[in-house]
Amino acid sequence: MERMSNSGTYKKKGDLYYNSLLSRNLYNNSLTFISGILAIIAILPLILVLTYVVINGASEINLAVLTQLPEPPGEDLPSAGGIGNAIIGTIVVSGIASLIAIPIGVGGGIYLAEYSRGGTFSKFIRFGANVLSGVPSIIAGVCIYSVIVSTRIILGSNFSALAGGISLSILMLPTIIKTTDEGLKLVSDDLRKAALGVGASKFVTVSQITIPAAFTPIGTGIVLALARAAGETAPLIFTALFSFYWLDSPEGILQPIATLSVLIYNFAIEPYKAQNELAWAASFLLVAFVLSINLLTRWIGKRGKH
Amino acid sequence: MSIYGEFLVLPKTTDLYLLRSRPPSEKLIDLTFRNVVISMAAMVAVVLFGILVLVFTGSVESMGRYGLRFLFTSDWNPVNNDYGAFAAIYGTIVTSTFSLLIAVPLGVGAAIFITENIIPTRIREAIGIMVELLAAIPSVVLGLWAIYVMEPFLRPLLSGLHEYLGWIPFFSTKPIGPGTLPAILILVIMILPIITSISRDSLNQVPKKLREASYGIGATRWTTIFKVIVPAAVSGIAGGVLLALGRAMGETMAVTMIIGNSNAFNWSILSPGYTIASMLANQFGEADGAQVSSLMYAAFVLMVLTLAVNVVAQWLVKRLSLKY
Repeated sequence: MERMSNSGTYKKKGDLYYNSLLSRNLYNNSLTFISGILAIIAILPLILVLTYVVINGASEINLAVLTQLPEPPGEDLPSAGGIGNAIIGTIVVSGIASLIAIPIGVGGGIYLAEYSRGGTFSKFIRFGANVLSGVPSIIAGVCIYSVIVSTRIILGSNFSALAGGISLSILMLPTIIKTTDEGLKLVSDDLRKAALGVGASKFVTVSQITIPAAFTPIGTGIVLALARAAGETAPLIFTALFSFYWLDSPEGILQPIATLSVLIYNFAIEPYKAQNELAWAASFLLVAFVLSINLLTRWIGKRGKH
Repeated sequence: MSIYGEFLVLPKTTDLYLLRSRPPSEKLIDLTFRNVVISMAAMVAVVLFGILVLVFTGSVESMGRYGLRFLFTSDWNPVNNDYGAFAAIYGTIVTSTFSLLIAVPLGVGAAIFITENIIPTRIREAIGIMVELLAAIPSVVLGLWAIYVMEPFLRPLLSGLHEYLGWIPFFSTKPIGPGTLPAILILVIMILPIITSISRDSLNQVPKKLREASYGIGATRWTTIFKVIVPAAVSGIAGGVLLALGRAMGETMAVTMIIGNSNAFNWSILSPGYTIASMLANQFGEADGAQVSSLMYAAFVLMVLTLAVNVVAQWLVKRLSLKY
């Protein structure tokens, strides 16, 4: 405006240059600085948690810890034994959960992406999957406890690996449905039309064409859901409970079973140092597993995009 | 029925097309597959209603006995069968509200920082990944960290808070270790990734044109952010905040390990407290009789709270994605 009023001559030469002392620029820069600080604060917890889990946990890891049974707390022992049975237990319980949740989740996802035409039912299922993923995990535990554990409905067994696996599967289900649905929607419609055009049936189209084409996103979703389930504790504390013994026979899945996450919970609140150290060792294993799965799926996802 | 259903009619009218007729077995497989996947999808509804019905029927006895009084008294006496969940409900609301108050500015601020071109893309991506990895850390590990690292580190600070601000009811007790405030802080860590990543996605969805138009008429970066970008993304951000609220209310393990688990009601957030989720985790395994029903009633309250919050959140997130 100023240069117009002076008929073509600039009032001040530097007017169009950036002046960091203008109040708008001061305001701008200070907000940029504050947001940077907020971003640093946001990544601080991850760094702090990882540092302590590595410092306190990695030093505890050795062959004996990985292969022995935990000692029942009660006296101040020099060593609390190992987490061998809890490692097996976590694998067994999340395996049971996967056996239930993966077929149902992938099937439900196939329905939503391949069969539904945006009707009320499919809208409701999509909405229901979102709502189900928001249900607190402890509620899943409470429900399985009152349906399966307290009624002894499965062959008279009380707390069991099976009950634990079922309650984890409730938490995995919505994630798997959503990622299958979204993964299949990314598959180009041309592929479907081409398959149907050469005479493939709907079942063949889905099982031979669209599912393989969407394998990476679906697989990623399943693995992430599994990693999440492996770290879950709340649904297990009164379904799978805990055990100080090995899983020694297939019928053992009808018995209480130790898992890494419940071991961390039980031993973290014990007053004994040896048990606490075992909890840190189990945390290290669990965090290493969960983070490597997460980084791996990210890497695969990124590679798929290029 | 399906896209190719009509094709079957054609060969009968003319011999030009020698299309393979579909054997009954193939049709049967198709139909079976369709029905199987429909029933699998229906499982979601079955599980969801199953949970609702179970929690409701389990709590009917307690609802009849205590009615709404249950929500406003904090007796918890298995001997006299006198139950009230006020302390736990208060704890749930206080921990989730306070954790939101801290996590929302932090998360939205961080999301703005990593969606703006202030620093190189690589570093921004790295920050984004680190925040999301935080969400992957199991809650029980965060609880362990809170007990042995965070709480001992915070205790002198919290004592100072009590000394100088003790006249405020929220800080009126001496910190003795586990308590509501450490639980609030651990909840901040747990919901921060949700708020940051959903805010980042919503901010990224805002069309570039809006930003360019704003810069074009001479607005600065932060005028653009506050007046254009954030308002355009606000319903997505609000949806993310509500999802985080739902998560904070239902979060169990880390909170149970650090909140102190005391059913005695206290205004102070420095004293041990309770949330509905931690009460369930602590007592449900050993409860019997009227206590089970009362815990179910508390679970029902939690369920209703999280369901309401989640439904509104879904609606808000959907509204944004329809807009752009």
